[in-house]
Amino acid sequence: MKPSIFGYKAPRTLEEAISILAGDTDAVVLAGGQTLLPAMNFRAANPSFLVDIQHIDGLRGIEVSDHGIVVKAMTRHREFELDANVLGVNPLIRHVMRHVAHIPIRNRGTVVGSLCHADPSAEMPLVLVLLGGSVVAQGPSGRREIRAEDFFQSFLTTSRSQDEIIVEARFPALPPGIGWAFDEVTRRHGDYAVVGVGCVLARDDQGRAAGVRLAACGIADRPVRLKAAEAILNGTQLGKSDLDDAVAASMSAVTQPDDMSVSASYRRRALGTLMRRMVAEAAQHAQIGTAK
Amino acid sequence: MTRTMRPAITDRSADAMVEVSMTVNGEAASRSVSVRMLLSDFLRHELGLTGTHVGCEHGVCGCCTVLINGKPGRSCLTLAVQANGYTIRTIESVAAADGTLHPVQQAFKECHGLQCGYCTPGMVMNIVGRFEEPHPLDLSDDGIRDLLSGNLCRCTGYLNIIAAVRRAAELLGRT
Repeated sequence: MKPSIFGYKAPRTLEEAISILAGDTDAVVLAGGQTLLPAMNFRAANPSFLVDIQHIDGLRGIEVSDHGIVVKAMTRHREFELDANVLGVNPLIRHVMRHVAHIPIRNRGTVVGSLCHADPSAEMPLVLVLLGGSVVAQGPSGRREIRAEDFFQSFLTTSRSQDEIIVEARFPALPPGIGWAFDEVTRRHGDYAVVGVGCVLARDDQGRAAGVRLAACGIADRPVRLKAAEAILNGTQLGKSDLDDAVAASMSAVTQPDDMSVSASYRRRALGTLMRRMVAEAAQHAQIGTAK
Repeated sequence: MTRTMRPAITDRSADAMVEVSMTVNGEAASRSVSVRMLLSDFLRHELGLTGTHVGCEHGVCGCCTVLINGKPGRSCLTLAVQANGYTIRTIESVAAADGTLHPVQQAFKECHGLQCGYCTPGMVMNIVGRFEEPHPLDLSDDGIRDLLSGNLCRCTGYLNIIAAVRRAAELLGRT
């Protein structure tokens, strides 16, 4: 329950941090440490070097515009949760954040750190995928923006390379009138989701669903968009038969095998139940009347 | 008050050592420690502040919760070296110097919010920190359970702790 021996550096510049990472394949970025340190205390993670990025200028804060939200690498979950400007342009984020661990963990853990950890059951990666956000990686050869669906590659694996630091994440705004919903099934409040589902949608001028986006966590090796269901639901009144079809078309997205607490068939049931509830809730927000 | 219970074991491992300075309960504390020393161990072993309890050492139980730069956080999930330059408050700082209990402690006493007491310092620090946050409180049962969800208690069944949070809100005029 104590970490094994490692080296520690707290560079003042991004360039220095990147050069440490580039020179040592077992060096790891330390931001809030709320996932890394438990893993190290268990000795499930044994990094050679920790690169503590908290003292690097320019990695703090949240920038909000009508287009979206930029969250810097050292921004804590709790700051993101309580930011009034974030709430103004994207109320889904505060709603989801209540499901991320507990306040003392959210006070220390960072949003970008959670994205980089890429737990397939975690909430913030799902939100980034659901909204079609992105991250910005900085490495020796400069910056690149990586779309959410290209970033999450597999279980705890992203397309960040070893010599890159994710300096910010970009979450799109939700325009007024957009319906949104998120909920999850967990064993205990604050745990990672067994299954979580998020939904955003709009109402077109004939009262039908448009721009439906659905995403789930806990069902595969990464957070996934439920694109087959989206295609079925777009242009409908979100009636029961539409939802039945959308749920049926999503069952094959569950690829997580049985584990010690939950079977794959339970995950499929939970996914279907959450999809129905979340679409209905989002539809209610967007004032699409027939979804029940 | 900070005191030294026993010296850091510096001669038995190949650990990289680092000078760490922080303000703990209003007093400056500087020690040369291993980079892998947890903040919980720094408080307990280096400063003798054993009111911060250690349960699981992986962030689940909440016993080791202290105020890190004014906000509740897990001292077992923070390295001492990460907290270099930080301000830390532990359970030892909560009651007044003359022993008068903090309203949160008083509420725990009145409502019988503890039995064995092992989880209590973490509970109290979490609640004290949340009360100091300006964001409005949700004092419904669900809201209080959400606040306490990161602190495990194996004795009480939580009902008296929920009552204590509500009582503390009364004592602090936060209802």
